[in-house]
Amino acid sequence: MPRRDDLHSILIIGSGPIVIGQACEFDYSGTQACRVLREEGYRVILVNSNPATIMTDPDFADATYVEPITWEVVASIIERERPDAVLPTLGGQTGLNTAMELYERGLIGVPGTPEMIGANAEAIATAEDRERFKHAMIEIGLEVPRSGVGHTMEEARRIRDEIGLPVIIRPAYILGGRGTGIAATVEEFEQVAANGLAASPISEILIEESIAGWKEFELEVMRDRADNCVIICSIENVDPMGIHTGDSITVAPQQTLTDVEYQQMRDAAIACIRRVGVETGGSNVQFAVDPETGRQVVIEMNPRVSRSSELASKATGFPIAKIAAKLAVGYTLDEIPNDITRMTPACFEPTIDYVVTKIPRWAFEKLPGTSGILGTQMQSVGEAMSIGRTFPESLQKGLRSLEQGRMGLNCDPGAEHHAARTDDDLLADIERGTPDRIFLIGELLRRQVPIQTIHDHCKVDPWFLDQMSIVVEEQAELAATGFDGMTRRAWRRAKRLGFADAQLAHLWGVSESAVRSAREAAGVLPTYKTVDTCSAEFAAETPYHYSTYEDESEIRPSDRQKVVILGSGPNRIGQGIEFDYCCVHASFALRDAGYETVMVNCNPETVSTDYDTSDRLYFEPLTKEDVLNVIAAERPHKVIVSLGGQTPLKLSGEIPVDLVAGTSAQSIDDAEDREKWNQLCRALNIPQPPGGTAVDLEQALAITDEIGFPVLVRPSYVLGGRAMQIVHDRNHLARAMDELTGFGSLGKEGGLSAERPVLIDRFLASATEVDVDAIRDHTGDVLIGGVMEHVEEAGVHSGDSACAIPPQTLPEWVVDVIKAYTTAIAHRLDVRGLINVQYAVTGTTVYVIEANPRASRTVPFVAKAKGIPLAKIATRVMLGATLTELRDEGLLREPVDGHVAVKEAVLPFNRFPEVDPALGPEMRSTGEVMGIDETFGQAFFKAELAAGNGLPQEGMVFLSLNDTDKPAGIVVARRMRERGLGLMATRGTADYLRSFGVEVDRVLGKVQDADAGEATGKTAVDLIADGTIVFVVNTPRGSVGRSDGEHIRKAASVHRVSCVTTVSAALAAAQGLGESPERLPVKTLQEYHAR
Amino acid sequence: MIRDGALVLADGSVFEGELIGADAPNGIATGEVVFNTALSGYQEIISDPSYAGQIITFTYPHIGNYGVNADDDESRGAFCRGVIVRDLARRASNHRSQGYLADLLVRRGIPGIAGIDTRRLTRLIRDTGALPGAFGDADEADLRAAAAAEPGTAGVDLVAQVTTDSPYTVGANHGAPDRVVVAYDFGIKTTIVRHLARLGRVEVVPAATTAADVLARRPDGVFLSNGPGDPEVVQYATDEIARLIGNVPIFGICLGHQLLGRAVGAGTVKLPFGHHGANHPVKDLVNDTIEITSQNHNFAVDPDSFAGLGRQVRMTHVNLNDGVCEGLEVAGERCFSVQHHPEAGPGPHDSRYLFDRFDTVMGRPATAGKAGG
Repeated sequence: MPRRDDLHSILIIGSGPIVIGQACEFDYSGTQACRVLREEGYRVILVNSNPATIMTDPDFADATYVEPITWEVVASIIERERPDAVLPTLGGQTGLNTAMELYERGLIGVPGTPEMIGANAEAIATAEDRERFKHAMIEIGLEVPRSGVGHTMEEARRIRDEIGLPVIIRPAYILGGRGTGIAATVEEFEQVAANGLAASPISEILIEESIAGWKEFELEVMRDRADNCVIICSIENVDPMGIHTGDSITVAPQQTLTDVEYQQMRDAAIACIRRVGVETGGSNVQFAVDPETGRQVVIEMNPRVSRSSELASKATGFPIAKIAAKLAVGYTLDEIPNDITRMTPACFEPTIDYVVTKIPRWAFEKLPGTSGILGTQMQSVGEAMSIGRTFPESLQKGLRSLEQGRMGLNCDPGAEHHAARTDDDLLADIERGTPDRIFLIGELLRRQVPIQTIHDHCKVDPWFLDQMSIVVEEQAELAATGFDGMTRRAWRRAKRLGFADAQLAHLWGVSESAVRSAREAAGVLPTYKTVDTCSAEFAAETPYHYSTYEDESEIRPSDRQKVVILGSGPNRIGQGIEFDYCCVHASFALRDAGYETVMVNCNPETVSTDYDTSDRLYFEPLTKEDVLNVIAAERPHKVIVSLGGQTPLKLSGEIPVDLVAGTSAQSIDDAEDREKWNQLCRALNIPQPPGGTAVDLEQALAITDEIGFPVLVRPSYVLGGRAMQIVHDRNHLARAMDELTGFGSLGKEGGLSAERPVLIDRFLASATEVDVDAIRDHTGDVLIGGVMEHVEEAGVHSGDSACAIPPQTLPEWVVDVIKAYTTAIAHRLDVRGLINVQYAVTGTTVYVIEANPRASRTVPFVAKAKGIPLAKIATRVMLGATLTELRDEGLLREPVDGHVAVKEAVLPFNRFPEVDPALGPEMRSTGEVMGIDETFGQAFFKAELAAGNGLPQEGMVFLSLNDTDKPAGIVVARRMRERGLGLMATRGTADYLRSFGVEVDRVLGKVQDADAGEATGKTAVDLIADGTIVFVVNTPRGSVGRSDGEHIRKAASVHRVSCVTTVSAALAAAQGLGESPERLPVKTLQEYHAR
Repeated sequence: MIRDGALVLADGSVFEGELIGADAPNGIATGEVVFNTALSGYQEIISDPSYAGQIITFTYPHIGNYGVNADDDESRGAFCRGVIVRDLARRASNHRSQGYLADLLVRRGIPGIAGIDTRRLTRLIRDTGALPGAFGDADEADLRAAAAAEPGTAGVDLVAQVTTDSPYTVGANHGAPDRVVVAYDFGIKTTIVRHLARLGRVEVVPAATTAADVLARRPDGVFLSNGPGDPEVVQYATDEIARLIGNVPIFGICLGHQLLGRAVGAGTVKLPFGHHGANHPVKDLVNDTIEITSQNHNFAVDPDSFAGLGRQVRMTHVNLNDGVCEGLEVAGERCFSVQHHPEAGPGPHDSRYLFDRFDTVMGRPATAGKAGG
């Protein structure tokens, strides 16, 4: 069956901002889909609010709407574009839910409206509605855990009594397991059930028999419209049931099922996709297996491309999203060629000859108050994937890919961390999943605690434990052999078990370079194998490789001029998809310019690790050893280190100086080194906030004695404001310094030294922060990409702050001064490529805060706001092109204006109710959205809507302002009243507002002293919980005042009531208030960029 | 105790490894080196008689993870000459496990070598075709000589080595029709017998059984099993099958398929490196559906030879990867066969419907005069 000719235009719904549980894997899938459908000649219409995605590049769709993904907005797009079909299965849960909302309103999937392709409403409902799904599975003879569905607490308790505790509770229609939990006692049940009912948009929870501790598996199935089904990949979780699969270490292929059991599971997965009725495309089906009896039960299925499909794609080389898009428009599996073998069709089941390990990366250190204990609700913010020929090799590569100071399972400074603890203590700890558990297990194995005992506590399958034990035993063997005793065989054995040179160096107390030289002298060098979907059964030309220590390397480097691009590793808060965007753009730009591009990265969620993004892909950890190996294998002309965030930047010093493309490592250091930076600013007469550097408390106090409090304390060489704090007094300073040294959260990441001191600067309260992204070429020509004015004042991390292009409140001459400063700094640093400079403006004084000669988080936002491909231009400039040449070539065109673009951060607080959502200097957002429109008010409204902080059209606004913010509060409150909103306020705020003639409907007390309020009983927290209050403005100030409104902010975050914590954001919100999501005008990026 | 060893191929390639399993006679195991790309099912593969004369390379690096058990054997013994793996599990984990693969290898007398760069080996075999090879702890020169002297499987009657010495009967499953299925054992797999037992009583007979002896058992159907090696070598079986065609419904699998093809006059060809895995897409040209199949063969029926045969023979199944004939039927004679393994063991179950097709072709069992009926 060939492609459908009755369809001409297709709307793809993206997944919006990066949030926990829904990350850039959907950019990868959506980008593939856009490409494929355009190649097939369809008109592709895309909606996605996330500017950092590749898919929203105007080149990837015919009409790109960077607009909020709500049913109202998508309905406007449908009305404007009249697509023939909507493809909802590639945009994660957001895409699916939005499609269902449109369907329920009769706007798609019914006669006379766009058809739903991929999965229809019936199939989506069958898979997503837990009760329907369960019945469907029982109907086809598959086992499911015993369970019941409750809509009220009363119903829930009845079901609990039928099933018996422990039970697991999952809310319906949620992503990433939010609101899910296990209850072993009646008390726990009450709490978890109530949370679950609140989290579900339809107040529905599934209560089921707990299968915690069982083995967990996933199968990726694809189906075409001729009903052919294939399994792309099996995945086995190392962590057992009870830990969300997104938070589990997982391995492909499955390791511990006999073929008989595996085939039973395969039959079940295929039966499942057929019964649910996913007509075409990919789905993943999750199973639990009782390790004692082998009983298999179906847990759930995603009727769409998912995080697991992305992993399965990267693990096998089978491009699930691309094939899913082709199947959706009518092709059958046998009609689509396998890209990798080119000789065989896509209708087959990949088989692999290596082991893939995925390890999540968490951000608990940024979220004080969180327990750090893993459960059924996903908490990780990113993941690394690694490929090795065996599990030990793959696991160790994966652990070092995380970049959290661990080089493998053991043999590093972190390994000694648990040495002092008792066996019992460690055994008790491994009963719960934590980011550290794998290392605790390693320590127990080192102490020769029996595998069975360890298994009894952690339920990790004994096969995995034994494989880990092999690594642990090897450590002892290597220690006994000693550096000088190493033979070729011994080197080979160690390297085949995944030991990094750095681990061996630590073990023997020698330098890493000594290890490398000795190993190389022994003739033990990495070999590169190919990911080919077929275990070498057929010849494959795939340019997708991984290192291992075997006989034969399959790399055949070409003679073309090559550029290696170092990616950004696992997503984390502060370093996410924006940097992957830059790396992908670099690859595209260099390919267009005739270079051969080589990508090195270990993040499976990304577009950069798609095997056809670059000419060659090395799926490798971003460590010195692994990167130098790739450089040795490829012999590139240049290496790009400045587009992937701190990860590659940290490696710049390890790479031969003449290979580093663009700005020199020396210049990067000049900007980072405080002394040199101060000199530079002095030479240019650019004001800086007073400050200094310190490596201990004594030095820190010396600085504050001179400049006074408050101060901004931040470590050098970090991204995302890691451990950055505003410090108000000496005690606070002592705590802050503690945190940065020893085993404080940052101590683990390297601690302080003369090379890595802490920076202490006078904090410029209520300054306006400004960010500039610029490019300078080797002739000295500078392009100012964009000047962004932050909505939140200085003190809120730029990554967590909303910002606008063009600046909304700065006088034009101040903007010109900022541009002049930026140009001068770029010259002084001899920048060749991108530079990001941050300023704080108070009155008319422009202070420079810092400059970073590398890609910043805002590059994609600026590119989309101004219509200039900044990352591509920067890449070409780094390779020697001039801006003039690029203008002539047509790559660089005049920036566009006439509209306002607002970037807003998306924060993870609704997943961490224990964390205070007040914004501060430590970045905590996981993603971002962009709103673009004619006016600031509309653009800001769109950005807030897209970020999930819808501004209210009716209801009550609660104001609680600190004294400094009260004057601005008058303006905010007046505007709100004008828009017909009611006002509630705390006593102080209400009195203040009333004295300026602003009517306040009700005065509310703080939680504990309800009688301070005018009405009886109810507090702000109660009114937030019951939905009376629809918008919260709560501005904390100072270290003391911060805890004051904490419970109110937490309540807002738990009950998903929009809450702004700065008066600037409140002022911006006031401008956007009253906009109606149904009447929002929509316009494509292509239209905004038209010149 | 690690026993260092090496694998040497007839082309002179050398691979370093460590010996596992049974000791080879004189420290040298020889055979034709082939590979299998299945991710699970090593016990079934090792005990599959079709591997007689061959050394099996597992492309998946971890072998032995879930142990071995009494139910997953495909034959009563082991006929392969050795196994080559990247990594042999030292601990097995599965509720069905009754022992370790390492011990099973020793018990069955199968030598093995681990630590091999099996991907390099697979790429080499893929490009040059299955190669004779030798491994062990003997000197490299001795291994080289042994590899050179190893004849491989061409022209060797491997079927004679694996077939049953005397007929035996496997009772029908409870509730199965009252039928007799005579199964030629060219190296029959246990899973096949299990599937046939759903269709009736299975009388397994040696490869050299004559058509007359088979017909004397008054079968409702005759099954031609899988087996090792070159179909040309077992001409004796081909001749007898030719006599059966038209007299009784026939279903063949793998070697049985090739023999049925040869019995109707079609030719067989040796494939460059065969099909050895559990992921091959096959299109059923009758129903126009695709099944993912388990495969293990080096020879194939040549569909180009169907033209001009006395009978109307047509290709019913085709391998989508390389167009190899995966199935045939003889029009009007109630005879059909497939190259792949519908019984799986190991592999996907997509093709199990072929046993139902055999059921249909055999029709309702005759009621009169069935021994033991």
